[in-house]
Amino acid sequence: MERIPILKLRDFLLVSIQIDMHDRLAMTLQDDLTAEIVKQRAKAVLIDISALDLVDSFIGRMISNIAAITRVLDAETVVVGMRPAVAITLVELGLTMPGVRTALNVDRGIELLEAAIARRDAQDEAAE
Amino acid sequence: MTQLANILSTQEPAVLEEWVRYQRDSKSLRGNLIKEAEVRDQSSRFLEQFRAALSSAAGENIEGPGWASVRAVLNDISRNRALKGFTPTETASFIFSLKHALFAQLRTAFADQPKLLADELWNADRILDALGLYTTEVYQKSREEVIARQQQELLELSTPVVELWEGILAVPLIGTLDSSRTQVVMENLLQRIVDTGAALAIIDITGVPTVDTLVAQHLLKTVSAARLMGADCIISGIRPQIAQTIVHLGVDLGEVITKATLGDAFRVALRRTGFRTVRDSGGSSNAAVR
Amino acid sequence: MIVKREARMQLRTSEDIVRARQTVREWCIAEKFNLVGQTKMVTAASELARNTVEYGGGGELQLEAMEDGARSGVRLTFSDKGPGIPNVELALTDGYTSGKGLGLGLSGAKRLCDQFSIKSVVGQGTDVTILRWS
Repeated sequence: MERIPILKLRDFLLVSIQIDMHDRLAMTLQDDLTAEIVKQRAKAVLIDISALDLVDSFIGRMISNIAAITRVLDAETVVVGMRPAVAITLVELGLTMPGVRTALNVDRGIELLEAAIARRDAQDEAAE
Repeated sequence: MTQLANILSTQEPAVLEEWVRYQRDSKSLRGNLIKEAEVRDQSSRFLEQFRAALSSAAGENIEGPGWASVRAVLNDISRNRALKGFTPTETASFIFSLKHALFAQLRTAFADQPKLLADELWNADRILDALGLYTTEVYQKSREEVIARQQQELLELSTPVVELWEGILAVPLIGTLDSSRTQVVMENLLQRIVDTGAALAIIDITGVPTVDTLVAQHLLKTVSAARLMGADCIISGIRPQIAQTIVHLGVDLGEVITKATLGDAFRVALRRTGFRTVRDSGGSSNAAVR
Repeated sequence: MIVKREARMQLRTSEDIVRARQTVREWCIAEKFNLVGQTKMVTAASELARNTVEYGGGGELQLEAMEDGARSGVRLTFSDKGPGIPNVELALTDGYTSGKGLGLGLSGAKRLCDQFSIKSVVGQGTDVTILRWS
């Protein structure tokens, strides 16, 4: 069965979606990622969608779900590389994904995640 | 039809000569826009295809396949004239002026057969009218294409996106914003964000006289789209009346950062990208340091 | 307004939705849509194709390349013989959903194109037609 590969890099999980996903594949990715976060004790997830020329409400919902699930599992998610035409279309569609962190590219995404993790660690320490 | 084809096959050089002379003498030929050699070339290309279509019994419907090569020649000529600045009348006169030379030939050939002459004149007249109107249609279409292209160019000219500092873009909007212009601004800005990797963009509306609901919504959509891509926007230069309008219209600017002036927005943008502005103790100049 | 060419394709599975997206993209490129135009039309098609497969129990997509004077466009008609929509007006409001979606399918698709029409008869099926100019 076809799957989107999930790479582990230190505390991060990296996913790069390179193909036009059908709906079942998107659901599989959501399930796989949830399982991997727990298994790998990942602190953050980076999803690269720079290769996607379309994000419809189904894929948009999958991304929002992943962000919400990772938050429940005490991790962070960032979505990077959304193309302008895709962003314009999503806004017109009415999907602005308010709870999702975004960054222009993978570099910026990792910076953002590292800053978020550092901030959280500091909060945890202060609480102790 | 075949009569006309017969005449043309023997008299083509004479017809061409007379036609070119007539065009040269009439007002329809504008010496400053087109050379006589070019007119002669266009006329002879047309006559050649016209004769071919007539003798191949292509029928009377000039939209038909038998007239395809005649239409191709006329497309070429009309488009050329539309771009050169001819009027529609001058363009159509190219075909209409052929009547003079052609009818003279028909009169000579059928001088003693008035009925046949009348029929042939009527046939030739109808076909030339149809072809003349066809040139006008092509002319119109070419002009529309020119206008559409110019409109697009104007839109792109009027919405520059500038890089103020590394990682900071600015779009100074000037004049009335309509739906299509705002759309172009939006697409340009987002594309430049990708190209430059700038995570901050300032949209300055100091030069925008009024903002209606639609424009306000377009601005908000731009901000939302930029955020989805991972960039933040600051809207600056909101004038008092516009601030009132926005509140009055019930447009929710939500989490959009707004600043009074482009300068204020720039300062915030610098701070956000890790710079701070300091003034030298002695001088009046501002300098930004990391 | 004239139809320059026409084609039909089946919509049964979620792979068909992906195929429909790709075909619509090709048609939009052929009619000289810009990138944003293509993306909007393909996204609208994706939403409606999913409705046809998920709620209509499968159906058909008809593609038409249109011409009207100097402009060209693409018209898409999604037809199914499913249960139909009892209250079309309600189904067109943002956030309304009969299933597992976000409720942006119909209303979202409507915002992404120039013309939108829907005909639905309960117990007989639903036809949705959208048109976008390049």
